[in-house]
Amino acid sequence: MRKLAQMAVRVAAIAMLSACVTQPYAPAASFQNLPTQVELIATPFFPQDEHQCGPAALATVLGAAGYDTSPRQLEKMVYLPAREGSLQAETLAGARRQGALTLLAPTQLDALFAEVATGQPVLVLQNLGLNAAPRWHYAALVGYDLIRGEVILRSGISKREIMSIRTFEHTWARSDHWGLLVLAPGKLPLNASRHGLETALTQQEPYSHPEHMAAWYRSAAEHWPDSLLFMLGLGNAMYAAGHLDEAEDAFRTAVAQHADSPVALNNLAHVLNAKGKLEQALAVAEQAVSLGGEWQPQALATRDAILGAIRQGAHHQPARLH
Amino acid sequence: MTKLSQSIVYTIIFLFNLAALSLSAQAAMIGTEAVLAAQNRQAAEDKVQLALARDDVSSQLQKMGVNPDDARQRVAALSDQELENLSHRLDRLPAGGDFFGTVGLIFIILIITDLLGFTKIFPFTRAQR
Repeated sequence: MRKLAQMAVRVAAIAMLSACVTQPYAPAASFQNLPTQVELIATPFFPQDEHQCGPAALATVLGAAGYDTSPRQLEKMVYLPAREGSLQAETLAGARRQGALTLLAPTQLDALFAEVATGQPVLVLQNLGLNAAPRWHYAALVGYDLIRGEVILRSGISKREIMSIRTFEHTWARSDHWGLLVLAPGKLPLNASRHGLETALTQQEPYSHPEHMAAWYRSAAEHWPDSLLFMLGLGNAMYAAGHLDEAEDAFRTAVAQHADSPVALNNLAHVLNAKGKLEQALAVAEQAVSLGGEWQPQALATRDAILGAIRQGAHHQPARLH
Repeated sequence: MTKLSQSIVYTIIFLFNLAALSLSAQAAMIGTEAVLAAQNRQAAEDKVQLALARDDVSSQLQKMGVNPDDARQRVAALSDQELENLSHRLDRLPAGGDFFGTVGLIFIILIITDLLGFTKIFPFTRAQR
């Protein structure tokens, strides 16, 4: 009887121990639609200098999006000497200044992994310490493995930092699940909000090449075909890039869908004028003027410019016509 | 002589027209940002607040070791919302940089929390899964 009890205790002890050691990671139900293993091995790596994890992680995700830069270049944009680190808002603005459309990443782990599964590394802010003793750290999430229960990070001086999903979730939760998606031209997040994208895209315009802006606006317009702003953005970016035909197409689409938009009409008239289609341009500009409203001064200016071009054209006619 | 002065006058008029045309044409294209700004109109007082926030963040950045030229460009790259978020809080918001100044009891606590997988301070700890 005593032997039996001893044996029972032993079995229980072994069972408990092995449970501690080999307890497998149970993927949450929400992970079931994800590929089980993803690693973005082509993501570049910049080992960080002391306190420079912000510039290093930012250079990593920028490089993956096709914007080549270095931590040293980013330092004067994002590093704050007195804090020996980089603030979140400035890290975002730094990516923006390099020309990449940058949005906040999803705050759910499954949505974050879904982004990684599309080939998109994510810059994350972790608090590796405790709330009472924080150690803030930027890293780039480049992969996960649901079977082993691990994430893979470009982190600090480690090119392939392996961390359990559980520890990652704890450290990431302390930054309120903060992360950035630094996007390649034309790429949009899986679950972007329309309003957030409108703001981010217009904010991005001064810092990005017009061709890149056109690529993002085109993707956004395909996703939200009824959005006037995205179509206008596409037209404006094409015009800025010198692609007058594509600009005309975009503004014609905008006019077809929003016939009451003086902005679409005005900008179409402007492009037609630039292409030398003066009669058409004048008719469209007259339409824009007739709509009145807050954009009428611009529409009037466009019409006057077209009239001027027509008059000037008349000057260049052979003299015998006068 | 009259022909020469005539052609000079014509050239001047032509150039003047050209310049005027390109100027007014520039002004007549309506930008995407202007359209969005018209959609979400801001109250005048918001704009005053923003101007104050801009000055505050710029001077804080300079106090924290950023040179004035860089500070100006950094502030210019921030959205209105980001500016408001930073204003008066630059010394308190998280600054990712691996800065870590804790010693003593906290050190021991952190080794334990590392082992439990709640934190990841020490390279030698390996958490249970």
